[in-house]
Amino acid sequence: MANVSVTVNGVAREADVEPRTLLVYFLRETLGLTGTNVGCDTSSCGSCTVLLDGESVKACTLLAVQAEGREVTTIEGMASNGQMHPIQEAFRRNHGLQCGFCTPGMIMAAASYLRENPSPSEGEVRESLEGNLCRCTGYHNIVQSILDAAGQTAGAKA
Amino acid sequence: MAVTERFVGQPVLRKEDAPLLQGQGSFVDNMSIAGMVHMAIVRSPFAHARVVNVDVSKALEMPGVIAAWSATDLTDEWAGPLPMVWPITEDIKTSDHWPLTKDKARFQGDGVAVVLGESRGLADDGAEAVDVEYDALPAVLDIEDAVRDGAPLVHDELGTNAVVHWSHGGGGDQSLFESAPVKLKLRYEAPRTTPSAIEPRGALASPVPSLGEFTLWTSTQIPHIARVTLSGTTGIPEHKLRIVAPDVGGSFGGKLDVYAEEALCLALARKTGRPVKWIESRSENYSVTIHGRGVIHDIEVAATEGGKILGFHVTELCDMGAYFQLLTPGIPELGGWVYMGPYDTQAYWYEFTGIMTNMTPTDAVRGAGRPEATYVLERAVDALARHLEMDPAEVRRINFVPKFTEDRPSLMGLNVDSGDYLPAFERALELAEYDQYRKEQASRRENGDIKQIGIGLSSYIEMCGLAPSNILGALRYAAGGWDAAQVRCQPSGKVTLYIGTSPHGQGHDTTWAQITADELGVTPDDIEVLHGDTATTPLGMDTYGSRSIAIGGAALHYALQKIKDKARTLAAHELEVSEDDLRFEDGAFRVQGAPDKVRTIPELAVSAWTAHNLPDGFEPDLTATATWDPKNFTWPYGTHVCVAEVDTETGRTELLRYVAVDDCGVVINPMIVDGQVHGGIAFGIAEALYEEMLYDEHGNLITGTLTQYLVPSAAEMPSFELDRTETPSPTNPLGVKGIGEAGTIAAPPAVVNAIVDAVSHLGVSDVGKPATPERVWRAIRDAKGGSR
Amino acid sequence: MIPAPFEYQRVESVDQAIQVLSDEPEAKILAGGHSLLPLMRVRLARPSFLVDISRIQDLKYVKDDGDQVAIGALTRHHDVANSEVLHELCPIVAYAAGEIGDPQVRHVGTIGGSVAHADPASDMPTVLLALGAEMVVRGPDGNVRNVPAGDFFKGLFEPDLATNEVLTEIRVPRTADRGWSYLKFHRRAQDWALVGVAALANASVGGLVPSAARCAAVAGSAPPASSSSTPVARRGRSLMFVRATAGPAPFWASAATPTSAQSWARRWNFR
Repeated sequence: MANVSVTVNGVAREADVEPRTLLVYFLRETLGLTGTNVGCDTSSCGSCTVLLDGESVKACTLLAVQAEGREVTTIEGMASNGQMHPIQEAFRRNHGLQCGFCTPGMIMAAASYLRENPSPSEGEVRESLEGNLCRCTGYHNIVQSILDAAGQTAGAKA
Repeated sequence: MAVTERFVGQPVLRKEDAPLLQGQGSFVDNMSIAGMVHMAIVRSPFAHARVVNVDVSKALEMPGVIAAWSATDLTDEWAGPLPMVWPITEDIKTSDHWPLTKDKARFQGDGVAVVLGESRGLADDGAEAVDVEYDALPAVLDIEDAVRDGAPLVHDELGTNAVVHWSHGGGGDQSLFESAPVKLKLRYEAPRTTPSAIEPRGALASPVPSLGEFTLWTSTQIPHIARVTLSGTTGIPEHKLRIVAPDVGGSFGGKLDVYAEEALCLALARKTGRPVKWIESRSENYSVTIHGRGVIHDIEVAATEGGKILGFHVTELCDMGAYFQLLTPGIPELGGWVYMGPYDTQAYWYEFTGIMTNMTPTDAVRGAGRPEATYVLERAVDALARHLEMDPAEVRRINFVPKFTEDRPSLMGLNVDSGDYLPAFERALELAEYDQYRKEQASRRENGDIKQIGIGLSSYIEMCGLAPSNILGALRYAAGGWDAAQVRCQPSGKVTLYIGTSPHGQGHDTTWAQITADELGVTPDDIEVLHGDTATTPLGMDTYGSRSIAIGGAALHYALQKIKDKARTLAAHELEVSEDDLRFEDGAFRVQGAPDKVRTIPELAVSAWTAHNLPDGFEPDLTATATWDPKNFTWPYGTHVCVAEVDTETGRTELLRYVAVDDCGVVINPMIVDGQVHGGIAFGIAEALYEEMLYDEHGNLITGTLTQYLVPSAAEMPSFELDRTETPSPTNPLGVKGIGEAGTIAAPPAVVNAIVDAVSHLGVSDVGKPATPERVWRAIRDAKGGSR
Repeated sequence: MIPAPFEYQRVESVDQAIQVLSDEPEAKILAGGHSLLPLMRVRLARPSFLVDISRIQDLKYVKDDGDQVAIGALTRHHDVANSEVLHELCPIVAYAAGEIGDPQVRHVGTIGGSVAHADPASDMPTVLLALGAEMVVRGPDGNVRNVPAGDFFKGLFEPDLATNEVLTEIRVPRTADRGWSYLKFHRRAQDWALVGVAALANASVGGLVPSAARCAAVAGSAPPASSSSTPVARRGRSLMFVRATAGPAPFWASAATPTSAQSWARRWNFR
């Protein structure tokens, strides 16, 4: 067993796990944070996307031990004071989700990308989602949601 | 206070979203129960092999392995085989399909043993340690070879791989196929695809051993069908079996089935007395969750020199895979009923042969039969236009059935309930700037540009709202096609709906709430929608075939009318007026000329609940249930236009425009309807350009993960431009038709027609599906007389 | 699926890594893990011991080093793609790093991991071959080898690395005054290359690629793209065309062939 200490959504968490424990199962099964989903076994679908030190990563392609000492943000950590994050709000406003399974990963990928590029074009948003698959929406409204969130974010700053 | 705001037709934001956006979904894998164990299946690596011996002893020695069984060990667990509920002909040849196979593995992934472990990893470790001895057999992998003499047999006892033949028998004047001045014989192939919902399947069975009761949470479209059929497989009496479809992460037909793993979770929960969980991996999903399509179509088009279509004559060979799943043999037939499309023809013939192969079983993939038929038809119409050197738009124009508003008998034997195809078609061409792109195309051709453009059209009709029970009976389907809704007006003024359909992303909670809010004079926020649990919503036939709004929505409508009838009686009693003096207006019962005489439904719900002062014979509580069985299918239609740019040097296609004009009847929530169209189109584009399930010559699945089975991302998809016409369906009181499958039906031929159109001047007349860069490049090479 | 069990040790220095690798002959190095972990999840790879080198801070850098740019092996693709030094001195490497995988992969995957995995379908080996890059390899007893890219990629997943050696640095030449192109033909943005072509030429040479230009390519199958005249460069100061050889074999114009196209075409079965 290996000891893992990680800050998750601002809270220090610690547990002994098998070294083979993937970060996503550490979050889901050890910590009970089931918002991060698993959709594939080849690092392709992006459903398991979380932020590691503020950047998007695929939690199914990291061992929990690799996150030792680092900060993880999951979908459960996005809302604050009972208010959804502007990206979450934008997904709701633009019907950016249907079944909702890929949604946490999409939102985390978008959160990371909008930090890098706060006012992207439609084409840039599409490229930034190359590692996230959705089967329901055809992406149209996901892209609109992120563009909307970017506008919202810019507006909040101004 | 009466609510006067109207919600039907408005883009009401979804009630479903808040938990899903915040990681609070109830997907099966999010649940755990104390004492739960994890199940792993030992699967055949061979497509076709005799199972000589299964030895689980090493697995049982592994740490954390609780139990391991071969198929033989579990023989006594089964009261019956897995269900197939659509034996479409009297002489169909069927073989029992057991949750684990004892004698032979019939496709790569066929389960031969099962292991329970204390964790996922330990169960996987145990499954690896099971020692299975196989005797490999030659595999049946080609549906044309499968019926030749001496071909290996998938099911030896059936004596053939051609297990079902269904013939429509023909409609209209069959001599036209001889006498028509223009006859085109064409062949199209639909490769295998798979639903690939982003949530793989999963199941969790929990027992109450002392009562013999079981709850199964399963990622399914069909909890009600699963309950009755799994009862038959496991022998758990139906009244002791509760099935719950929690949040389901997409389905697209993949979860419109009853699978071995669901039966195994239940049987092993019974055997061990512990909760048993199984979560499918993606690679498992691609090898054992159903595939679809897999058809070779031969079509003959009979027409006049002027482009008037006289008839379609279609024969198909259909890949059933290794076993019949729930609906397998009937899927092609669903296409057989729409092969004449929106066109006014004089002759029609359709038949297919279903063939067993050593590959994953096929069944319904979004659209189920209708995308295949529409693809063939619309490709053939374009081929006819090219043959006659006519504009493909003009060929469609002159062949559309003229507007009709009541049942119109069609050549294939069913009545189409309504249709007005030309306005949607003209609107689509206008939005897509069809004429302008034709000019652009001519200019690029003249310049010999490397990048050429093509315009692809696709006009379709759908047969939705599955289905009138009497027709299902005539088609030998084992169940009915009705659905149900119960409405309870709670004493607090809130309303709870218990609906029989079972959504997995379609936004039913919101849509049903909108319908209810308008009828009862409340807001969508006042309404709770329950579904997908056989304990709380026992009546229902689930969600597939674009049936939910067209049948379940109509059932809700009738339940709401019952509520209003009952409420009217109570309002008349309380207001001391005759029922005839009451009007339900602006969200309340009102008496004309007496503005103080008003009762809202929430007020009446309190009265009905307290029951202090009810009319004679009035049953307490404001509750009503309705079931509804439609008289006909619904028949959505529309036209999609795709503008594609093809790089003639690499074969790569880029979609420049995608325009869809659909008619799904009355729209309850335009935001949700647009979302369904977007998703449907993307599914169809994926089928047209990216996705196919491939096997090697030994029957190994080549496209076994998401790195090889190319589900496209946002980076590969264009934006979509949508519009609608709105022709109410006369089949149901809401005038609705269904929209979940339209995009998937229309898009593949629109895209491939665009690609062929882009390079037809180079001599290309066909490109296979999916139209990969390699296929397009080869088609161009071949047309130029190249060697490869 | 879940990876098969293994032992795990995190090391803080290259020397410590080499020590553990020498003591545990079955050990595999874990850097970002984005080549290794997917294989472990489907149990196609099942190392019994993982040596996690990802915390070795002094292998994370991009620096101007005279005629060359030195890139620490643990520099993430994301940081390579956004390196100002590379954008100025050897832009093809930064560009190609941005083509790898997807943003999430680039946030974790490292240039050293990608190079040491020696998957010819990945982007970086092609570009490093075209550049004539050097790999710096450290072994026991303080031994350091500088291996030219053409020698380093010996075959499919077969780098010139002993089991107790660590790739520590990738050295690429300054190319600021040369035209360059990296063109990747793939089906989806997140996919590996079906055909990848990297080319460099002197800015003074316009038109067709002269024989003196270096280019490298990998082809996934008897490919459409390698059999036609494909415009490869719209970047840099010269427009170049690579006239690819027809036929089933791939070509690595500048260097020894690290693999055959057929072998990895069989592996992935791209169409």
